[in-house]
Amino acid sequence: MIKYILRRLIMLIPVLLGVTFIVFTLMYITPGDPVRLILGESAPEEAVQELREEMGLNKPFIVQYVNYMKKLILHQDLGSSYVTRRPVMQEIISAFPSTLKLAASSVLFAIILGIPIGIISAVKKYSIFDNLSMAFALIGISMPVFWLGLLLILLFSVHLKILPSSGYDSFKQMILPAVSLGAQSVAIIARMTRSSMLEVIGQDYIRTARAKGQKEKIVIFNHAFKNALIPISTSIGLQFGGLLGGAVLTESIFSIPGIGRLMVDSIKMRDFPVVQGSVLIISITFCIVNLLVDLYYAYIDPRVKTQYK
Amino acid sequence: MEESKFIDKDKKYEKKGKSQLKGVWTRLKKDKLALIGLVILIILILMAIFANFIAPYEYDTQNLKNTFQSPSLKHLFGTDEFGRDIFSRIVYGSRISLQVGVIAVGIAVVIGGFLGAVAGYYSGKIDNVIMRIMDVLLSIPQMLLAISIVAALGNSLINLMVAVGVSSIPQYARIVRASVISIKNQEFVESARAIGSSDLRIIFKHVIPNCLAPVIVQATLGIGLAILTAAGLSFIGLGIKPPTPEWGAMLSGSRTYIRDYTYMTLFPGIAIVITIFAFNVLGDGLRDALDPKLKQ
Repeated sequence: MIKYILRRLIMLIPVLLGVTFIVFTLMYITPGDPVRLILGESAPEEAVQELREEMGLNKPFIVQYVNYMKKLILHQDLGSSYVTRRPVMQEIISAFPSTLKLAASSVLFAIILGIPIGIISAVKKYSIFDNLSMAFALIGISMPVFWLGLLLILLFSVHLKILPSSGYDSFKQMILPAVSLGAQSVAIIARMTRSSMLEVIGQDYIRTARAKGQKEKIVIFNHAFKNALIPISTSIGLQFGGLLGGAVLTESIFSIPGIGRLMVDSIKMRDFPVVQGSVLIISITFCIVNLLVDLYYAYIDPRVKTQYK
Repeated sequence: MEESKFIDKDKKYEKKGKSQLKGVWTRLKKDKLALIGLVILIILILMAIFANFIAPYEYDTQNLKNTFQSPSLKHLFGTDEFGRDIFSRIVYGSRISLQVGVIAVGIAVVIGGFLGAVAGYYSGKIDNVIMRIMDVLLSIPQMLLAISIVAALGNSLINLMVAVGVSSIPQYARIVRASVISIKNQEFVESARAIGSSDLRIIFKHVIPNCLAPVIVQATLGIGLAILTAAGLSFIGLGIKPPTPEWGAMLSGSRTYIRDYTYMTLFPGIAIVITIFAFNVLGDGLRDALDPKLKQ
């Protein structure tokens, strides 16, 4: 087990290096002169050249990349924002918790709602509940995150006036953002749970358990659900990436000062270090989440562990 | 005679390819939901092609004396803040959404499929390198990757298509690679090689046709996803230049007026939902119809 964890961690390193390279390249080719942005359009040419030299922007691409990586790995320094002059790391650290809160509450909402719906739909196949919930699920995966957010604001904030449409501190304030971001995941998880459960229930060992006279509840939860959990948890892990991406949109609608909104604003202001840092941190988070899901997968599925004995 | 029971003289024995396609169609027909999706898509495609005839106004005709009109007979979906007819903008928007979806997925299927086929067929180092690169791309959430690419390339419809397309490449690479790996070890490939077929011929004549099924399913669902991603990008103001009537951009514009003019928020969203719904339902139906293991 430890060997498996170590192997996965080591495999993570080249992937993350690749991510930094791609992000750095993308930012490098993005139009916009950072020096002009800082000094202003009418700055004298010598000042521009001086600052460019100071920021190391005249050096070739590879040198700039290596310098960036050196700063990152040795000093955990992501550079400074072109706009606010504060360290990027600081900007990200102040913005990241909001996004994490949003993503975590959305995932929780999705799991708490999605899995039970999926299980009940599978057990009561073709019932009214099943048909209704799957119909809703189909609409759920077809709905854009931002439209759902707008509709929820319309209903609960504008018309009913019972929930706030911005802010992220109180539980009440988090309800609408979490629901709008998590709704699509609820639909996907419900569908996934249903199909996974159906596949497992069709297996012989379920038939055996029932033939033994085992109580149906135990058959469903201890035997069927535990085995169905494997593809479901993989799906949840992948969902998280979608959630991190969707958080960008949700933060924009509900004015949540998270890292997604930071990233979009920085793109518009050509604040490249912040964009680079944001994408990097989000990708690292995503990789870690996937790693945790894989470890959980290895933990619950004994067949995976035996591969690495 | 006994034989007449087993030989149906009236049955036509069609070529293998044709009867396969007919079998798929027959199975697809049974899925009523998938058929609804297909009908919706056909309507959408027709709307996109004949937008000029269907839309009563141009999508960028401003009429500042006519702003914020509620839906009426004159303006089916009302007018926006510039007096533009929303119904016409939505009709023209179908053209854009379909273009973005199809081209983005097209880019992803061609490039991703090619990379996946090469990786799966040749295995070894090439496989490793290609799949590591795919892993890197997959580590960045698709939306963020698309945002970064659009930011790097600039705001335009083509860049939007490229961004969404490139961010989708890894999925198709994986699917094709998995199919190729499972096929290349089968006997008919071995016999083709024994006869002396070149690698390229084997890839194009034997391997690729057998990979098509999962790719078709993923592509159908993928077009829906691409349209959603593109709408999301336009919503935050990346990729589309006004006055392009992209549905996501229209929703973004309607945000400011959400309290007073609700209809502006409703119609583009409904258009998106119906379109994505159609693709999802059709994709699900195709998945069931193309799966040879499905019991009747």
